[in-house]
Amino acid sequence: MNKLSPSYDVVIRPRQSSLHFDWRGLIQYRDLLREMVSRDFSSRYKQTILGPAWFVINPLITTAIFIVVFGKVVGVPTDGIHPALFYLCGLLGWSYFSQVLASTGNTLHGNIHLFAKVYFPRLIVPISVVVSNLLTLAIQLVSFAVVYVFLVTTDPTVGSRPSLWVLALPFVVLHTAILALGVGLILSSISAKYKDFSHLAGYLVQIWMYASPIIYPLSKIPEKWQWLAVINPMTGIIEAFRSMLLGTHGVSLPQYACSAAISAVLCVIGVLVFQRVARSFVDFA
Amino acid sequence: MSRPIIAVQGVSKRYELGQVGMTTFRDELSRLFSPASAAPSAREFWALREVSFAVEPGSIVGIIGHNGAGKSTLLKLLSRITEPTAGEIHLRGRVASLLEVGTGFHPELTGRENIFLNGTILGMTRPEITRKFDEIVAFAEVEQFIDTPVKRYSSGMYVRLAFAVAAHLEPEILIIDEVLAVGDVGFQKKCLGKMQEVSEHDGRTILFVSHNMNAVERLCNRCIALKAGRVVADGDNVAEIVRTSLGGGIQSCSWANSGAEWANEWFRPDRMTVLESTSDTVATTAFDNASAVRVVIEGEVLREDAGLQIGFGLYNSGGELLFWTTVRDTPEADWLPLPRGRVRLVCAIPARFLNEGAYRVDLFLGLYHQRWICEPGVSAPSVSFEIQGGLSESPFWVERRPGALAPVLPWQVTA
Repeated sequence: MNKLSPSYDVVIRPRQSSLHFDWRGLIQYRDLLREMVSRDFSSRYKQTILGPAWFVINPLITTAIFIVVFGKVVGVPTDGIHPALFYLCGLLGWSYFSQVLASTGNTLHGNIHLFAKVYFPRLIVPISVVVSNLLTLAIQLVSFAVVYVFLVTTDPTVGSRPSLWVLALPFVVLHTAILALGVGLILSSISAKYKDFSHLAGYLVQIWMYASPIIYPLSKIPEKWQWLAVINPMTGIIEAFRSMLLGTHGVSLPQYACSAAISAVLCVIGVLVFQRVARSFVDFA
Repeated sequence: MSRPIIAVQGVSKRYELGQVGMTTFRDELSRLFSPASAAPSAREFWALREVSFAVEPGSIVGIIGHNGAGKSTLLKLLSRITEPTAGEIHLRGRVASLLEVGTGFHPELTGRENIFLNGTILGMTRPEITRKFDEIVAFAEVEQFIDTPVKRYSSGMYVRLAFAVAAHLEPEILIIDEVLAVGDVGFQKKCLGKMQEVSEHDGRTILFVSHNMNAVERLCNRCIALKAGRVVADGDNVAEIVRTSLGGGIQSCSWANSGAEWANEWFRPDRMTVLESTSDTVATTAFDNASAVRVVIEGEVLREDAGLQIGFGLYNSGGELLFWTTVRDTPEADWLPLPRGRVRLVCAIPARFLNEGAYRVDLFLGLYHQRWICEPGVSAPSVSFEIQGGLSESPFWVERRPGALAPVLPWQVTA
């Protein structure tokens, strides 16, 4: 222990390049990532009676609301897909995205008490959110499967079948994570300085939801608004979930690739901006 | 010759006062459109200026200075919480900083879960924590409650557990700020012992910032004094640095008559000192409120007089008089004689009576209803001291309360 390990030789200098990325730090603190994930996950259902069951109940209730409001009252079509499956499937990707976005968007302000007192690679916190919500998503995928099997066996008119693309599921989930992390980090960095944006974040998520084909099929978007659907990277993700799990053909491969590229760019921007802001954040917060 | 484990070279840190506190987007916009209002916001403040020093492995360095001298900023830079405006810092070892105990404790999680969470936040790995788990729990004395959520802990247990985790870190460099201001006296002693052990046995380097000058003198083998962001003293003559850098100027814990000051026929004041209740010699400016503050007045009675009144007036940092007290406050039958010759008068301001803050003691010297020799607040020698922490043992009350005083008074409840 007395021998100084040269690998810990740290130099602190003003304004290190914003392209500098501390991989070594992230690896060194991997156990912290693990602890934060388990804290995130377990503290959320402490002192609840139903515990982790809430992860299943939440999307089911939302789906029920969508069926009543948009299916029955407003009468939005679901392109011949059973409405329960249509909404539930759309919500899989969306709820993962929106939850990660909402928590990472508050990374800096929500953890100021920590960041002002101790150093660790700041990216650990948003990454832990991405990982802990993966567990939530996994539980929701299982509940989707249960609902699907139930509907298919009891109702012969349900013709939706998963496609072979389902094998690409991990990739699409990763894509969602990258997009949510990127947008969350950008949001967190801006609202670090201008708190106004933390108020706007809630509306951003709401508007984004209605702008994405979750409660309506992609085909219902008028011709002149289709470009919006193309640049909205969530369109690709939501439709990819439906293609994989329900065998729809809403999105073409080039469209999806475009969505992935936009997401990757947003993520890189997010990480760079976040690192820059996080270095001096405690000085002005 | 070993290489320094910490090398600080010409480090400066500037804060822009206009940006302290949250600016809103609207502020920023209005600044954009009216350049005139941009000028005052650009005021800047140098918390540190050209600070340089190097620390050898295994030393315990105390960093002292008045509030605002730049101690905390220096520690923030060293622990990588923020970055310097200029200069460079080299750290040749793993750093763990304890700028506050219990950082990252989650109230809903149990003691066990929090040990792992807090330990990893402080930079430990899981296997390290697992290996030391029992030791940590034993040190904190919370064995029975280890699977209870920490929100049900008493504040004492909480602090003990938090310090226990931190005390078992194995970094090469440990940075500690004011942690010892919390917890009861017994536990504080235990913490100081642990720190000494860590440095002596394991050869670890400790940077220690504290207002507890006794702890600094006892623990540190080197002391760096900061004043207005600059290093004003640096060396291994710790006791001397503590005294000269904190004792000089307005903040003086002791006053001595240079010769013919306050000359009169009745009493020649020689010295006035504030002493810690446990020691007869150590004068100090920083007190914990859990112990009494003793004001000692020494001098020579030159002519006996029934009207001779000796005492002091106590003022708070705002210059308000809190009270006068003299040796003639009791019934006449109880008066202690003031015979000709040298006398030493001691008055203890009780523990758990004053609030946190800085105080000034003005000598009270006069002949009852005849004349003032030293009139408090007008013309009198004075000493000052500061109260930091130790305000009560109650978990509901750990920091400064509003009001001039903070006495712990007896209560009765009848149902």
